[in-house]
Amino acid sequence: MPDDIALAVEGVGHHFGAATVLKDCTLGVPAGAVAALVGRNGAGKSTLLRAAAGVLRPYRGTVRVFGRPAGPDVLRRIGFVAQHAPLFRTLTVAETLRLGARLNPRWDAAHARRLADAAALPDRARVGALSTGQRTRLALALALGKRPDLLILDEPLAGLDPVARAEVTGALMGEVAERGVTVLLSAHVVADVESVCDHVVVLAGGRAVLSAPVEAALDAHRLAVGPARDAAALAGHDVVELRRDGAEFTALVRAAGPPPGGTAVAWHRPTLEELLLAHLRADRPQPAPEVSAA
Amino acid sequence: MISFRIDRRSGTAVYAQLVLQVRQAVRTGRLGAGDRLPTAREVAERHGVNPNTVLRAYRDLEAAGLVEPRQGSGTYVRAALPSPPADVPGLRKDLAAWVGRARAAGLDDPDMHALLAEAAAEAADHAQDRKGAVNDAR
Repeated sequence: MPDDIALAVEGVGHHFGAATVLKDCTLGVPAGAVAALVGRNGAGKSTLLRAAAGVLRPYRGTVRVFGRPAGPDVLRRIGFVAQHAPLFRTLTVAETLRLGARLNPRWDAAHARRLADAAALPDRARVGALSTGQRTRLALALALGKRPDLLILDEPLAGLDPVARAEVTGALMGEVAERGVTVLLSAHVVADVESVCDHVVVLAGGRAVLSAPVEAALDAHRLAVGPARDAAALAGHDVVELRRDGAEFTALVRAAGPPPGGTAVAWHRPTLEELLLAHLRADRPQPAPEVSAA
Repeated sequence: MISFRIDRRSGTAVYAQLVLQVRQAVRTGRLGAGDRLPTAREVAERHGVNPNTVLRAYRDLEAAGLVEPRQGSGTYVRAALPSPPADVPGLRKDLAAWVGRARAAGLDDPDMHALLAEAAAEAADHAQDRKGAVNDAR
């Protein structure tokens, strides 16, 4: 049922020169989800988003959008806003929207106009004179005027002040409520996505180390906190990250059944931030763990 | 109409905050029978939260008998909160005895709050695990 899955990435690999960016990357985003793509700088988020948008063809693997290969075939179903919302700086707001109408067969002029008006964008202002927040709103209006089924946004909130951030997220969530558009957005500030996304993808070491609905991901992990001498309680668990803090340790583990009792170790359901940070921190050459899990 | 406040730093899930605020508004009379809740879209747009989170909160409130969806027009408060079936006076008496013991053991109020929060979180975790175990068994 290809329409259940908005985006299916399988075994994708890509490199720029000698630098490998993606390596056997596999993930899926269900239709209707608001998915956050999280990863450290240079983790390959932009490369993955560009591959999904069909503007980059990865060297290996397949990318499918609603069951069809990413590329010209599905381009009209995708709204893509690249990083820093690139637009023609010398065009005015009105000219930018007219260009959108010219380039997109499914263009919904009334909708694009509503979004531009809601953002109070002056028709005759040149794009180059807009604030970052206004430019993002215009880029969003342009992407949503296409009436896309999948909206791909590369760091849409980066560089925005708090007011613009709230406005952009509000506009985005209104669109999700109204049309059920599937959203895939990258972010490196976890707090930005916490109340927005219901699906999360963590990119680390060129792979998707986690790709799951948020609630299921939280259910599938435990944060173990206890005295370092009780770290043996972690034996047999799949440890994502282990940190020592004086005489205590904190470890994120993949949950396998109810936690063992009998030690002073407390097992908590992690918050989304704890979950993501642990996966992201694990994305670096690990020194030998200080506390042996055996 | 009720106006929600979302605290992103509280550590409480957004959906739980919405449920709690509707319950409190009904309890204090700020929301009465027949009042309409904002639509998922209104809340999503205004607060930048996922509309599915709002719908989930409304479904929970509906299951609790507090609100009802009306075809095509929104979600409405049904009636005043059903009186709690729980033995509140009894629980209160137990708690008073416990507070006495905790004080005697040298705990101050913040210590007690912390202990209660920890115990509640643990109980919630265990409930989650049990649920997980049931789901796994299926």
